[in-house]
Amino acid sequence: MTTSPFDSTLERREAATLGMWAFLATEVLFFGPLFFGYVHGRLASPDAFVAGSHHMHIVLGTLNTAILMTSSLTMALGVRAARTGSGSLKTMLTLTALLGLTFLGVKGSEYWMEAKEVANASGAELQFYFLYFAMTGLHALHMTIGLGVIAWLWRHARGFGRHYHAPVEVSGLYWHFVDIVWVFLYPMFYLLERYSA
Amino acid sequence: MSTPSPNGWGYLGEGYTLRSWLTTHDHKRIAILYMVAITAFFFLGGAAAALMRLELATPAGDVVSATTYNKLFTIHGVIMVWFFLIPSIPSVLGNFLVPLMIGARDMAFPRLNLASWYFYVVGGLFTLGALVAGGVDTGWTFYTPYSTRFSDTNVLLVLVGVFIVGFSSILTGLNIVVTVHKLRAPGLTWFRLPLFIWANYATSLILLLATPVLAMTLTLVALERLFKVGIFDPALGGDPLLFQHLFWFYSHPAVYIMILPAMGVASEIIPCFARRTVFGYRFMAYAILGIASIGFLVWGHHMFVSGQSMYAGMVFSLLSFLVAIPSAIKVFNWTATLYKGSIYFSAPMLYALGFVGLFTIGGLTGLFLASLALDVHLTDTYFVIAHFHYIMVGGSVMAYLGAIHFWWPKISGRMYPETMGRIAALTIFFGFNLTFFPQYLLGWLGMPRRYHEYPPELQVLNLFSSAGAAVLAIGYLLPLLYLGWSLFFGRRAPDNPWQATGLEWQTSSPPPQHNFEQQPRVERGPYDYQPVR
Repeated sequence: MTTSPFDSTLERREAATLGMWAFLATEVLFFGPLFFGYVHGRLASPDAFVAGSHHMHIVLGTLNTAILMTSSLTMALGVRAARTGSGSLKTMLTLTALLGLTFLGVKGSEYWMEAKEVANASGAELQFYFLYFAMTGLHALHMTIGLGVIAWLWRHARGFGRHYHAPVEVSGLYWHFVDIVWVFLYPMFYLLERYSA
Repeated sequence: MSTPSPNGWGYLGEGYTLRSWLTTHDHKRIAILYMVAITAFFFLGGAAAALMRLELATPAGDVVSATTYNKLFTIHGVIMVWFFLIPSIPSVLGNFLVPLMIGARDMAFPRLNLASWYFYVVGGLFTLGALVAGGVDTGWTFYTPYSTRFSDTNVLLVLVGVFIVGFSSILTGLNIVVTVHKLRAPGLTWFRLPLFIWANYATSLILLLATPVLAMTLTLVALERLFKVGIFDPALGGDPLLFQHLFWFYSHPAVYIMILPAMGVASEIIPCFARRTVFGYRFMAYAILGIASIGFLVWGHHMFVSGQSMYAGMVFSLLSFLVAIPSAIKVFNWTATLYKGSIYFSAPMLYALGFVGLFTIGGLTGLFLASLALDVHLTDTYFVIAHFHYIMVGGSVMAYLGAIHFWWPKISGRMYPETMGRIAALTIFFGFNLTFFPQYLLGWLGMPRRYHEYPPELQVLNLFSSAGAAVLAIGYLLPLLYLGWSLFFGRRAPDNPWQATGLEWQTSSPPPQHNFEQQPRVERGPYDYQPVR
């Protein structure tokens, strides 16, 4: 029913990549109001934000940062495997997914512990928690979608190779974007207490 | 050049079942799906406006209650902004014309294109659901804390609807950006692109970069409403100004989402019916990009009296004046295009000329509102209503209708009745001015917006306005009737009835499924018109 609007797979790949970059630009601005709200809240009540930050589990957060960065590495290796045909795409996707799942598990256990503390919070500290849950929650949602995409790639891994790997490549872009968001969230929530003006 | 498609009806003849339409990946058919949907919403939003004008015909609030009136202007705003104006030109004509004008077989992502229509429909169903469940009374602006704490109407349903329809906008924008970048015909360089393409490209960038901010802002409103924890409600330690900043960061560029494609339409129609190449093509293209970028930096002019910093107000005022420069370049260049042209007053040309005039008035009154001191007097009065209706209805809707007429032969394969087209264009122009010009005067006299009653001394002007609304309603119904008639009884359209340049006129009317029998090649710039001697 549909003939491709493209003349070649190269053209198609270029379009897919540009489309993903455009989508990521949208994503940055989707997170934007939350970052803006964070800046506003922190400027308005800096002490409450530092106090809230004291309740974060910095060891788990740091561990999670390392896990997520490693998953970016395995994802990049996966993209290289698909592009050059060297190494196993499936292995790399599996590793990435396992690291991603571990991240979500750790994050979930943090939520479990923090849920009790939120009940006692009030005022601007509650606002800090609201932003924390909204931003890390949205991040976790993006990771969950990413894991779904990885599962799809894994199922179709055999079809990718030197000539056709656009889906792996754009999924890689997406995964790295989600990691980069975390690189901003980590200092905003976990490291804030270490900063004293 | 043209090769008639097998059954003579091109893409329209590819399937007649409902299923063939609802599962199509053809950009032209998706454009038709959008056209049907937004037309329905247009008349729904118009009905709400008609009821409001009926109420305002007399000073007493006697036709509807104050609460109902609040719901009427809310649903009018929500529907007209998100379900008609924003998707109007980009999703209907952009979808139909972008691939045709750049010599492509389809949009870059045909399946995503269809998905965007379904997002639109689902968002629309949520909004209609809210309407059926009793309506919403926050105004289309959802100002906090009213929307998060006080309103006891179906705010959540509408928030979800607008959130979802936002994704329709984003996906359409993404598709147009990638299509223009990657699928241009051989020889079609950036500065050979028709200005309609430039306009839709710039619009798509705004759709991509502004819509997500609205989506997240409305999500925060919904969360605050649900969980009573938030960042907008002062009682919860939040700041309502934060909401206004975020809301207008989207909603001001949204005005340019509505007007830029309209400018693109005028830039196609005017050269064609003046038989002149467009004056200052490059300036026109740069002006489009200039408006799109400065448009992101002026949102604070909606907040001059909100209590934001005075210095912020001064900067926003200055930047708002700056937008006038590229806008004026465009008006100047359309006028210069007409100079010494062989002007033919066809129906599309009447719409396009109406657009230029009304846009100019709307734009100049915008400068009144951009002036800090004057704005204090005019904020939230009918002057503001008149100003933005001159831009959105006088500008965008006129251009949308002009475009529908201009490309109707290509879209439907039929000619519309020319005399009826002209009568409708003039009726709409007259009705529009009768409706909205008195509102400038009312606003200047201090009549505030969003009230269902007013002092008796303002009745004469309000009566003019309500009478104009009746004329306008007839004007809008006319095209619905005769265009519908022409679908069955109209004369068969030749491939290029206007002797227009542009790749879309080189293929058959209606175009075949994949637009061109042979890949077109482009050797010169657009608007290669010669005056009639």
